[in-house]
Amino acid sequence: MKARYLAATAALALVAGTSAKAEDLTLCWAAWDPANALVELSKDFEAQSGHKMNFEFVPWPNFADRMLNELNSGGKLCDLMIGDSQWIGAGAESGHYVKLNDFFDANGISMDAFVPATVTGYSEWPKGTPNYWSLPAFGDVVGWTYRKDWFERPELQAEFKEKYGRDLVAPATFAELKDIAEFFQGRDIDGKTVYGASIYTERGSEGITMGVMDVLYSFGFKYENPDKPYDMAGFVNSPGAVAGLEFYKSLYDCCTPPGMSNAYMGEGIDAYKSGQVAMQMNFAFTWPGFEVDPNVGGGKTGYLVNPAGPDGERFAQLGGQGISVVSYSEKQDAALEYIKWFAQPEVQAKWWSMGGFSCLRAVVEDPGFAASQPYAQTFLDSMAIVKDFWAEPSYATLLADSQKRFHDYVVAGQGTAQEALDGLVQDWTVTFEDEGKL
Amino acid sequence: MPDLPADTPVDRLARATPPTLARKVRGLSDRTIAWIFVAPTILLLLAINIFPLIWTIRLSFTNFRANRPNEPVEWVGLRNYQRILTDPDIWQTMQATAHFLFWTLFFQVLIGFTLAWLINRKFRGNDLMTTLIVIPMMLSPAVVGNFWTFLYQPQIGLINYAVEFVTGIPASSFTMLGSVSLAPWAIVIVDTWMWTPFVMLICLAGLRSIPDYIYEAAEVDRASKWRQFWTMTIPMVLPFLMLAVLFRGIENFKMFDLVVLLTGGGPGDTTLLSSIELKREAFEKWRTGYSSAYAIILFVTVFGLASIYVKALNKVKER
Repeated sequence: MKARYLAATAALALVAGTSAKAEDLTLCWAAWDPANALVELSKDFEAQSGHKMNFEFVPWPNFADRMLNELNSGGKLCDLMIGDSQWIGAGAESGHYVKLNDFFDANGISMDAFVPATVTGYSEWPKGTPNYWSLPAFGDVVGWTYRKDWFERPELQAEFKEKYGRDLVAPATFAELKDIAEFFQGRDIDGKTVYGASIYTERGSEGITMGVMDVLYSFGFKYENPDKPYDMAGFVNSPGAVAGLEFYKSLYDCCTPPGMSNAYMGEGIDAYKSGQVAMQMNFAFTWPGFEVDPNVGGGKTGYLVNPAGPDGERFAQLGGQGISVVSYSEKQDAALEYIKWFAQPEVQAKWWSMGGFSCLRAVVEDPGFAASQPYAQTFLDSMAIVKDFWAEPSYATLLADSQKRFHDYVVAGQGTAQEALDGLVQDWTVTFEDEGKL
Repeated sequence: MPDLPADTPVDRLARATPPTLARKVRGLSDRTIAWIFVAPTILLLLAINIFPLIWTIRLSFTNFRANRPNEPVEWVGLRNYQRILTDPDIWQTMQATAHFLFWTLFFQVLIGFTLAWLINRKFRGNDLMTTLIVIPMMLSPAVVGNFWTFLYQPQIGLINYAVEFVTGIPASSFTMLGSVSLAPWAIVIVDTWMWTPFVMLICLAGLRSIPDYIYEAAEVDRASKWRQFWTMTIPMVLPFLMLAVLFRGIENFKMFDLVVLLTGGGPGDTTLLSSIELKREAFEKWRTGYSSAYAIILFVTVFGLASIYVKALNKVKER
């Protein structure tokens, strides 16, 4: 009798621990390696909660178009959305995302437990205020990989030292990076012509903006006057920003492989893995893939935090995403349950071990973290210096403007850097005027 | 007066039965029946063509943004039209579209007619040759865009190696899709490769519609081949040729898929055609009112040009 009573109590406790009804939840994200890891990770949630997880993954070039259409039309396809960091303003102001403050308070989830840059980048709107619309899900940042095995070749080291008067080591500044890129450009290595560096030049979505911004921050670019929001003249087109854009173009002209006029993450990965380039700009999510690659893995690749600009400033472009509950979902309770499960330290630790870049401080500040992967320390150092693009509700228009201005100048060679940035100030001013913010 | 048949029980039963639908319809006029048949189609056209057009015209005078359906919509008058028509970037896309349109039509007509003229001759393997030539137009633009991207790749693409073989210019020293001067021609080449067979087929239909006896009469009159070509072949094929130009012109004015796959509108804006820019304004920047005005301008342009062209075509046919 006692045993039967205990069994019934245990069953009741199990039922009370999960939601009343098993749901079919759909999580929407980009189609890439981390998404596959999340599918595996989510099997634990299915086993624990009884809910079934479905996934809607869209390739990066179409991700924003597809998912923003879904949100703007009030679609019910996605219960959970791992949306890009720049969507947070529109997600909050247009009512696409559920505000999570009360949920976090009720479930003991503290934003202090996450890396501050990811909280600001992925969760807060307005920025700098404690209004949370997502849980930091996947930390990402633009950094560099380089062919450590080529850098260590004695004959190349000797030649480089003779030419530049210093050792061929990972560059500390962008000027050094360009020297190294020039050194490798057109060089014959193992009977194959190789090139200096692969950088972002893509026109269609966000590629060239992510690449250019990654460099411009360290050259003194600022989005606006810190004392007067949306006052951009003299900040977006400051002399430092102009020098940064000129540098990016010079890097594109001198040191990229032929045909890289519309290159983003995929093209960069291909160029690097196939041994075409000595260095590669790309988001950190690509790094686990290099470690296991037969051509560039096994110690052949080094990882590099974004180099410093001419005045020693050092910043990097933030990537990554937070996970939000879509306000049009009819299964919000179950979706919140997923977020509660995902926020647990042991789940986050497993997430990191599977290739997901956790944002939980308990994971990344663990003493063993830096040594857990060859790129772990670089990831940590990079996340400490991040800046992000506008996350305003009108971010799509702002992004389209910068894509055009940067691509026109860098790839098509139209006009000067000063004209490109002056034009960008004009475009963004019109957008903010249309928004009623100016 | 003939005798009327007696009122039988069967007749009485027939009168008591309500008139069927067929009998009712039999009472309607031909015009009414015609309207009944046409009405569903007209309603469908109104719903999917005319209503969206009127709605687009209405939106073009507002600042509506489809990604913010809850925000108040303001009437902005002609501001969207004014901004578009005074925007140098829009004129740049118009220029790129005009370049693409003119040269694709030029090459497709020239090569298409030449191929049709050659295929029209009787030789062994004529049918096989025709089938092979029309293969490109049967392919999906997505497939064509992707494999031409590889063909144009400077390091592994066949095109660059062919140029190196012929001219000696190193294959990896130039890039067709990444060069400001070459990219507009690269997209012209691909569209010409894909759609010349279409023009050829229409021209072939025109050439085969010319009766043999006309040429026989010209031979009797000792007209030279050159004279036969210019005074008989060309005038009789011209309506077909003009029809092909109309079809291809309308198609290429709204060209999108092939160019997006090849260049994405780049480098810079050199291959940014109007339809690509329209899509960006509407579904990337979400300026719905502005893009509606842009769509109306493009519609009026195509409609106006096509109307003038159709009038010219009719005149040629009447000759």
